[in-house]
Amino acid sequence: MFDILEKYDILAAFWMTIKLTFFSAIGALVIGTVLAIMRVSPVAVLRRLGAFYVNVVRNTPLTLIVFFALAGVRFVLEISLAPASSATSVQDNAIRWAMVALAVYHAAFVCEALRSGFNTVPLGQAEAARSIGLTFGQSLREVILPQAFRGAIAPLGSVLIALTKNTTVASVIGVAEASALMKTIFENETASFAVFFLFALGFVILTLPVGVFFTSMSRRLAVKR
Amino acid sequence: MSAHNVLFDAPGPRARRRHAILTAFGFVLLAATFAAVVWKFNAQGQLTGALWQPLIDPEVWTAYVVPGLINTIKAAAVSIMAAMVFGILFGMGRLSHNRTIRWVSGVIVEFFRAVPVLLMMYFLFQLFAFNNIFVASLNSFMAVVIALTLYNGSVIAELVRSGVYGLPKGQSEAGLSIGLTPSQTLRSIQLPQALTAMLPALVSQVVVILKDSALGTAITYPELLQSMRDMGTAYATVIPAYVLAAVVFIAINFGLTVLASRIERRLNRRGRGPRKTGPATGVAGPGTADAPNDGLGGRGVHTGDAASQAR
Repeated sequence: MFDILEKYDILAAFWMTIKLTFFSAIGALVIGTVLAIMRVSPVAVLRRLGAFYVNVVRNTPLTLIVFFALAGVRFVLEISLAPASSATSVQDNAIRWAMVALAVYHAAFVCEALRSGFNTVPLGQAEAARSIGLTFGQSLREVILPQAFRGAIAPLGSVLIALTKNTTVASVIGVAEASALMKTIFENETASFAVFFLFALGFVILTLPVGVFFTSMSRRLAVKR
Repeated sequence: MSAHNVLFDAPGPRARRRHAILTAFGFVLLAATFAAVVWKFNAQGQLTGALWQPLIDPEVWTAYVVPGLINTIKAAAVSIMAAMVFGILFGMGRLSHNRTIRWVSGVIVEFFRAVPVLLMMYFLFQLFAFNNIFVASLNSFMAVVIALTLYNGSVIAELVRSGVYGLPKGQSEAGLSIGLTPSQTLRSIQLPQALTAMLPALVSQVVVILKDSALGTAITYPELLQSMRDMGTAYATVIPAYVLAAVVFIAINFGLTVLASRIERRLNRRGRGPRKTGPATGVAGPGTADAPNDGLGGRGVHTGDAASQAR
């Protein structure tokens, strides 16, 4: 067990998992917010476009999107995300395309999380805001959005946890994150329960605080109704 | 209540003009995206008929698509049934009045919910291969099925638990007052109602299982994605192969999603749907106790919220 810890850099693998999670989460949040705005807008075309994106992406396996990003977009369409001159061009491309795939996939779930936040706001809140004479912008800013964001905290936490676990899928295109290292250790040594539990523990350590934090935040910020 | 109603009044003349501009913008966005894709595909020679021809070749369907789809459905069907059994068993375990059973089921459910499915698949596959537990050809199938069962079973266990918590308190009180024991009440009164109410969420979980079965490609299980990748290599049509795989997955999963929402509407009409008494306060993830403590209100994120489907 200890020789495995010495021989393989497990912390570096989990650092890659954290990097994948961090950058994909930012990407997913940006795309997902745009999609959510489109999906709640009063313009039919934008609503349909948003719904189309969500339905397509949500029903496609993440594995397929990750493979397609590298095999299809990187190699067939030849869109490179890293300069070919750099020594780590191959790895960098895999990492960056994995991040793009993860962001694209989870954006659909971020969009749905934000939308479910809007759905927690009772209609009476908007009506009350109008009837005391607030303009559209004011009622959005002062009444609806604050409640909607609070309602979206818990589902957003779920998406972030799922994203952390889903970074393992990046291993199928050769990104050296935690699950890829575990696979390598198994292939070189033997499939031992101890190593599996070590990696499982790593993911528990990564996701547990996120879950606890988001649960306590959503409880503390919950709108009392 | 839709978000649309909350946010917007009936548009006046100025708003209508603004909407017309935004509509035009939407169409331009659509056209620009489409044009960019076509331009790039064309520039890389991906729009030639010869590349897409294999998709209507009967041999491609009999040799790649159908066998792959059968393997995907086989793994998904076995997993969903095993996951139901696992989920109901451990869901009841978590609701048990025996503290040890409750604690053990809690630990097991939380553990398998926290561990990535792919991590489990890698481990199980290597474990089976090293110890010759199954016939060599069965190793990858069993690894896929067991990993999917353990993860989704744990999610279903949580569904069962939040489903039972979501029932009106009067149900268990009535059961106890006619002289049933607590476990009889759980089995014959609470569980049947909870299972009916969580039916839509269960169907959504089938979508998750179908999607996750594609992870089997990482451990050489010949499911749909794997066989389509093989086809892409064999016929040198990478992008059409992925597109076809995606279309098949989307068609099946979209059908299931529609089914789930139809069941939900039907249950709501009959007044048996999941009770929606308050805003979601739960975070679907390991170690998060999202069950409401008053035994009444609260739908956790588990009762069919779209967000919990991420995996």
